[in-house]
Amino acid sequence: MPLDRVVIEKVGKRYGSERALHGVSLELRGGSMCALLGHNGAGKTTLLGILSTLVRASDGKITYRAGDQAVEGDDVRREIGLLAHASLCYGELTAFENLALVGKLYEVASDRPALTALLDRVGLDVRARDRVARTYSRGMLQRLALARAMLTRPSLVLLDEPFTGLDRGGALQLGEQLGELRATGAIVVVVTHDLEAIAGRTDHVAILQRGRLVFEERRPDDGGGYDYDALKDLYHRHAN
Amino acid sequence: MASIVTQAGRIAWKDLRIELRSREIIYTMAFFGALLVVIYSFAFPAKADLVRAAVPGMLWVTMAFSGTIGIGRAFDRERENDTMRALLLAPIPRLAVFFGKAISITALVLAVSLVCAPLIALFFNAPLFEEAPMLLLVIVLGSAGIAVIGSVFAATLLKVRSRDVLLPVILYPLLVPLFVAGTNATAALLTASPNIDGVLVSDPNFPAAWYWIQFLGFYDLAFLVLSFWIFESLVIE
Repeated sequence: MPLDRVVIEKVGKRYGSERALHGVSLELRGGSMCALLGHNGAGKTTLLGILSTLVRASDGKITYRAGDQAVEGDDVRREIGLLAHASLCYGELTAFENLALVGKLYEVASDRPALTALLDRVGLDVRARDRVARTYSRGMLQRLALARAMLTRPSLVLLDEPFTGLDRGGALQLGEQLGELRATGAIVVVVTHDLEAIAGRTDHVAILQRGRLVFEERRPDDGGGYDYDALKDLYHRHAN
Repeated sequence: MASIVTQAGRIAWKDLRIELRSREIIYTMAFFGALLVVIYSFAFPAKADLVRAAVPGMLWVTMAFSGTIGIGRAFDRERENDTMRALLLAPIPRLAVFFGKAISITALVLAVSLVCAPLIALFFNAPLFEEAPMLLLVIVLGSAGIAVIGSVFAATLLKVRSRDVLLPVILYPLLVPLFVAGTNATAALLTASPNIDGVLVSDPNFPAAWYWIQFLGFYDLAFLVLSFWIFESLVIE
């Protein structure tokens, strides 16, 4: 059941006496890419962790919706695609084996032709596909990670610093692929400091500062995405 | 939707496949286990009466020490590319992740035990295999117990910096009842009495062995149930 809306209501997170998030409220919509910005320690990764169901919120709640229906538990996790700095892939397995494992766990088609088509789409070198992933370069690993995230056709795509370690070309290509995901109606949330890579593709900006949401703005549906200068300006005005 | 058992099987098979390819954990565990047996051979006199008393302890200390290495490394592997996060994010019962890891670790501990037990028998001329099927049952239950208890705490400590130090510190006290049962069951199977010539001959104490085997089974089961209950709350931050 594809998600088309995620409502975050007054979500907070405490680690002992440290407060990582204070009452963050945000609404994420299908076909939209939200850039979650802020300095290190602002609470971006914590919020992403809570959205991914891997971190429990101390306060508030998150509602995942598909149309009028609320979605919970395994059904939410089925809809989440996570792309992080780490590849989430096993170094001792080949690209095909990594994807086949994901296919089995998610119970989606993972036969060789389907996986080949997916790896073609993300541009992973044909000669590398039967090699174990630990022999891959950073760029190849990130392509495999993207294939991994896309295999399950997620409707909520969470990205935590996905451009780290990629060269400019790789970052821009990944940015294009995220734009394509957004165009398919997915909810895309990206945590990044690489504003250039998401420029023109993100239509929703949320800025966190010391765990608080200090700025949120959404461009109208036909308003296009924020360009680099607009993103940079917002970041400097609100994140500091 | 595939059952917990099917998904756990997939995770366990993934672990074993990686291990069959790298052989990193099994070689380390087996080498360490063999090293311990060699050290025992220097540390303990190989007298027949002393051997019967000391061998059960040697076997179980070897299983525990090499098992801890295996558990730690099996979970470290899930940390390298943050793959534990990927497993916990999959739309499968999180118990399947726990169960899958426990199955693969059981297989590793069992494999190493089956290497070290003959080594102990060889070095000390110990009659370990006179009651081989029952000893195998004891080792299987012990390996499963070490894997189940170890998996819960290794998963919990995955993000803790000093996990290599903390794992044995937390794990060994919880394994004490398992060691008591395991060594007593093994000792009961190795019991010997002198014959009329005063030579020690095997005289296994089967009632005692069964008592401790049942204890092992119940302890494993209790921790399995407890693990099922607490695993999810321990791995989610």
